Formats: sequence, structure tokens, C-alpha cells
Amino acid sequence: MNAPTYNFAYLDEQTKRMIRRAILKAIAIPGYQVPFASREMPMPYGWGTGGVQVTAAILGPDDVLKVIDQGSDDTTNAISIRKFFGKTAGVATTTSTTDATVIQTRHRIPEASLHAGQVLVYQVPIPEPLRFLEPRETETRRMHALAEYGLMHVKLYEDIARFGHIATAYAYPVKVNARYVMDPSPTPKFDNPKLDNCAALQLFGAGREKRIYAIPPYTTVVSLDFEDHPFTRYRFNAPCALCGADNSYLDEIVTDDKGGRMFVCSDTDFCEQRQAAGHHGTESAAPHKEKAHV
Amino acid sequence: MSELSSLDNDQPLLVAEGLAKNYGRLPACRDVSFALYPGEVLAIVGESGSGKSTLLQLLSAQLAPSAGRVSYRMRDGVLRDLAELGEAERRFLFRTDWGFVHQDPAQGLRMGVSAGANVGERLMAVGWNHYGRIRDTASTWLDRVEIDVGRIDDAPKTYSGGMRQRLQIARNLVTEPRLVFMDEPTGGLDVSVQARLLDLMRNLVSELGLAAIVVTHDLAVARLLSHRVMVMKGGRVIETGLTDQVLDDPREPYTQLLVSSILPP
Amino acid sequence: MTAMIELANAEKTFTMHLQGGVELPVVRGVSFHADPGECVVLSGPSGAGKSSILKMIFGNYRCDSGRIGIRHHGKVVDLATAEPRQVLSIRRSTIGYVSQFLRAVPRVATIDVVAEPLIVNGVAREEARERAGKLLRRLNIPERLWTLPPSTFSGGEQQRVNIARGFISDLPILLLDEPTASLDAANRAVVVELIAEKKTKGVAMVAIVHDDEIRHLIADRIVDVTSFAAAA
Repeated sequence: MNAPTYNFAYLDEQTKRMIRRAILKAIAIPGYQVPFASREMPMPYGWGTGGVQVTAAILGPDDVLKVIDQGSDDTTNAISIRKFFGKTAGVATTTSTTDATVIQTRHRIPEASLHAGQVLVYQVPIPEPLRFLEPRETETRRMHALAEYGLMHVKLYEDIARFGHIATAYAYPVKVNARYVMDPSPTPKFDNPKLDNCAALQLFGAGREKRIYAIPPYTTVVSLDFEDHPFTRYRFNAPCALCGADNSYLDEIVTDDKGGRMFVCSDTDFCEQRQAAGHHGTESAAPHKEKAHV
Repeated sequence: MSELSSLDNDQPLLVAEGLAKNYGRLPACRDVSFALYPGEVLAIVGESGSGKSTLLQLLSAQLAPSAGRVSYRMRDGVLRDLAELGEAERRFLFRTDWGFVHQDPAQGLRMGVSAGANVGERLMAVGWNHYGRIRDTASTWLDRVEIDVGRIDDAPKTYSGGMRQRLQIARNLVTEPRLVFMDEPTGGLDVSVQARLLDLMRNLVSELGLAAIVVTHDLAVARLLSHRVMVMKGGRVIETGLTDQVLDDPREPYTQLLVSSILPP
Repeated sequence: MTAMIELANAEKTFTMHLQGGVELPVVRGVSFHADPGECVVLSGPSGAGKSSILKMIFGNYRCDSGRIGIRHHGKVVDLATAEPRQVLSIRRSTIGYVSQFLRAVPRVATIDVVAEPLIVNGVAREEARERAGKLLRRLNIPERLWTLPPSTFSGGEQQRVNIARGFISDLPILLLDEPTASLDAANRAVVVELIAEKKTKGVAMVAIVHDDEIRHLIADRIVDVTSFAAAA
């Protein structure tokens, strides 16, 4: 092998210390976006550079790493990041949610409930929940500092005015520990309740935007809403075509060019575990409507 | 009537003492002192560069004075030096007890957000959390400023200039402020649109018993809206008094020039 | 003093800065009074300063020296030195002014133009409108015009709307600047009646009237303004 020898988990130790300091601060102030000196990573922005740096900073030799992209362990992004750490840190990898100690994720929270001691690392494209309403960073920082969050409700108001209900389906804003409003990254709002009072530590890394934020274990996380339009989560109103689960988040998969499609669990590990336990779906044509799932 | 009771109130709402602002060596505003009472409308008139916009920014705590101070009577009745307010308090004041009507509505509105949300934002900022009630209140205010309630879900970027300005007023008044700052509120509007806006503002100010400080270079605006006028030149207040007194019996050469420059209607 | 208005050596000069600072003396040594229930008519040729004196009593023109005592809420206030707030308070609850011309507010209906002084003083809108309607009817303004803004009216009609607006309130002092100019005989008679009614209610009035006949009918006392003429 003539490959260069990397420091453990690719980043140099000084950088990791810098990132860990940011992580500790983020844990100390739940939901607050801590700036950090994001490094260039050997992958393009948008492919999880923030999440990868956070993972690199917290990974130890004994950790077991799982990487998912939209719930799936076997997409390009998930595989390449898993291989990246397999190569640069030599850590064990797994696809099992329960066995993993560190789970890096893009756009999903696993269906299986997380346990104490686990760390869930989110890849975040745009950490600022107020960004699309207030383009000035100086102003959004001030709004966070003074807890001026009327603007966040403006967004939800607009949804209801336009669509009759809160149509925001992902990156649904939450209030962490009754203080900071936070963007949970583009996870479907189906996953929002899992953020609340979670046993695992949740870390969020935005590489391009150079921000890290966190939800410590067992922190109260509330999805924003109106009294007369309370938060509800949605899923396709169908059982999984493969495992028959009727409480998991589903992906719609187009199967041919005649309009054929099927709905399957987006969490591949969850789906496979169920199938191994003898559950089966019907692969019947799924309904086309979304349904409130409480 | 609210106007009656508020005009008889003996406690000033806002007090300016020896206000001055220098930009480097250039004095933009010099030694301005006055008291504004609840329900009173004060016009600040003068030409471009006379220091009236600087004064408005000093009074509304958007600019720190080089000397002097501005005090405001908070809703609890205590007169507080604005410079001593924390930023959170100052911003809260700005969102609730004060309004600020900009000459350019794009500065005072969120142009891409619906009219209803523009009006509702201040309510949501003070904790209103019921969509239906926010929308009802927004509808009421659109109606009060003569905007068709059917346009509630349209963004102000689809509105005409006059409508935008009326929307800006509704957005400011929804929290029932006691003091509204207006910077050339009719500037850039057609004459017929101006007349309608002025009439609307006049009625709202008197119905709500609002105090207002209006910066304008248009003496007709001052005459129609204000009780009292301050004439500024070179950063100083050169003449002040009842609006009709200053406009009908101007004393200072500059004020006489301003008054004589108005074309007869 | 029991007088509602008492002027002592009031003086007014215009300085015309745009004409090289020319001093234009208007009146000096103006001294007279008006008691409750009395109508004092100012007489003198045009340009003698009659209107200026009325405007000084109303606080519209500033008084350079001397004193303009006004009985306001039972106390005498010197209008020559009063704060703007005091002047506004006096105008709202003590002094009414009927000018020669209506300064019409665009878009406001005639009935509301007339009712406004009452509403500002706390009278309910319905009652104020009812009283406004009565007065407009007396002054022969047809009911179909009441909902229109007066800016569209003829000169005579506007003048009558102006009179209605001036006479509707229950203020203890009224200043009348040619209230009957441009009115026909019938409407002049109505104005004379209105003035007589004000007298019985104890209102002190100062008026300028050019029509000799009307002056005879309303004046309790005539003050010749020529004696106040300031030498140029």
C-alpha cells in the first residue's frame, strides 16, 4: 500500500480539539448554533462535510459506526462515508441501529428507538431556521439572542394561509429546551417527535455554513405550531410493501414506466429486521393520499 | 374621546433634551429639546439635509446621540432614558408601543410575505398563537386601512404604492402603539393617493389617540396632520409652535421662504 | 375679571424677511373686552387689522406684546404667552372660530364635517350627527348633499356648512369673521337668529361684519379698530 497514512479519523488532533470545544459549547447551550472553523474535507459541500467533521471529532477506536442517507444504509453517500471512516479510523461499522454507538445521518432519524450512550450526528445544509425569512445573519443572530421568534410563526402562518394547513413537511422548526428555535435539518416532520426527550446525544454539523449545534439527551424539543393548527406528522397511508409495518416512514418507489409504484420503509435496517422476524407486506397498490399519523 | 383625554394628559410621553449628533466634524443635529405629549402630532419640516431624518433616528433610538438624551414614558408610567434601555427592551418597545412608517414601504414590510402575515407578525412576536384570531385581527386592520380583505393572502410586492403604504400603517398599528414615527409617509406617491393616505392617517391618529412624530418636507402634510411643527435648518430647530401659527404667521426668514414657496392650491 | 376675553395693549407686526426685512405694523395698543352673552363687533375699513385681531385671539397669529386674556375652564389664560398645548386645549373647549372660508378636509361627508367639533368634545356620534342635521336644515342645505364632501359645493353652500360647523358646539367664546358674506337674505336671517341664541346661552362673541344692517342686529357694542391702527 502506498496510500498516505492518515491521522486517526482523517482530521488532525488540533482540528478535532477545536471541533470538540464547539460541540461541548453546543451541548451546554442546547439548540444554539456554535460557529466553528470548518475544514475542507475530501468530498464536496452538500455531501455531509459538517457531519463528517463532527463524527471525526468524536469517534474513538472502540466505536461502532452506522451511516444512513434518507434512512438507507446502502446509498452511495452512506457507503462512501462508512468506507471513509473504515479506512481512516479503522473503526467497526454496522447497519444495525441498536449496535451502533455513533450514527451519522442525512435526512432521517432511525425508527428503532435510540438508547443512552449513542450519538446521532446529523448532516445539515442550512442551520439557520430563520434564513429564508430574514437574509441578514446579523439580524438572525440578534433574533436568537433576544428570543424574538415571531418571524418563525410567520412562516407557519403563510403555510396555513396558502395551503389550509402547515405544509412544511421537512426541516420543521422546533424549540429546544424552551429557548432556541432550531432547524432539525431536512428530516421529515414525521421524525420530529423522536427529537424530544431522546436518550441519545444529537449533534448537528453544517460544514459549508460552519455551524455546530446539539440536543443533549433527554432535552425537551417542541415542534412549533398554532393553538388552532397543532403540529401533526404525516406518512403515506399504507403498510410497507416489504415488511408490512404501518408505523414507519415510507419511501415511494416507482417500479416501472406505467405508473407502477410501491411504498417501502425508508429505514432499511428497520425493514430488514422486521422481515427477518417473519413480517411480510402485500406489495398491494398503495393509496395515493397522505394521512395524519398520530 | 381618546384624543380629548390624551391631550389633557399633563405627563409628556417623550422628552428630548439637548439632542445633538455629529458625523465626524459635521453637526447633523444641534441642541434639540422638546416634549411630546400623548395624542399629540408633531411635524418636523425642513429641506433635505436640514437634519430632520437624523433627528427622527435619534428620537426613535436608532442612532446614538453625540450629546443629550431622549426619554420615553413606558407603559408602566415610568420615564426612562432610551440610552439606558437594554437592546431587548428597546426592540420590544419598537415592536409594541412604537410604530415606524418608512417612506419606502419595502423597508417597513416583508415584500414576499402575504399581507396577512405582514400585519400578523407583530402579534405573533408578542406571543399570539392562534391562527384564526391572528387572521381575524389582520382582516380588521386591512379593512381599516381600506385594503380589500380579499387581498389578504397576496404579497405586498403585488400591491400599488398607496396600498403598500396603507399596509405598512396597518402593520404598525396592530399592536396599538402609543407613538408612531413617520418618515416622509407620503413621499413618492401620486397626489390623489397622497390625499387619501393623509385623510386615513388623520382619522386613525385621532381615533386611536396616537402621538406621532412626522418628518416631512411637505408643509401641506404638516398642516393636515400635525398639531405642532418644528422647522429645521442646518441641524437646528429654528422655529417651533402651533402648526397653523407657524404656517400662517411665520417669523423666521427661512420659514417665510418655505411657506411662500408653496404653490397655491 | 368676569369678561371672557380681555385684550390689553396687544400688538402685532409682520416682518417680511423676503422683502428685505420690511416691518409691517398691523395693530398696536389693542384693548377691549367681551363679556358673556355679549357680541362685540369690530369696525373699521379694510386693512385696519380686524381679521388680524380675530386671528390673534384664536392664537393663529402670534401676539408680539401685550396680553390676550381668555377665561378657560374658569381661569384666565394669557394666550399671548400660552404653550401650544394650552392653545389647543382652549380651541377645543373654549374658543370657536368661524372663518370666511371652509378649510375642507377631502373625502369627509358634510354631516361629519359639521358634527366633528362635538365628537371631539365627547358627544356620541349619533347625537352629534342629529344636531348637525338640524343645523344644516336650518341653514337650508338640502339633505341629499349631507353625505357629500363640501369641497364639491358652491361658495355660498360651503360658507353655510362652515357656519354650521362653527355654531354647533357649546363653546363659551365664538369668533365670527364675516359670517354673512355671500349669503342671501333668508340665510342671513338664520345666522342672526343663531347669534341671538348664542347670546342667551351666555356666549361671548367677537365679530367682523361689513353689512350695516346685520351689524345693527347683532352688535351689543362696537369697537372701532382704526384707533388701534399702527402708524407705518
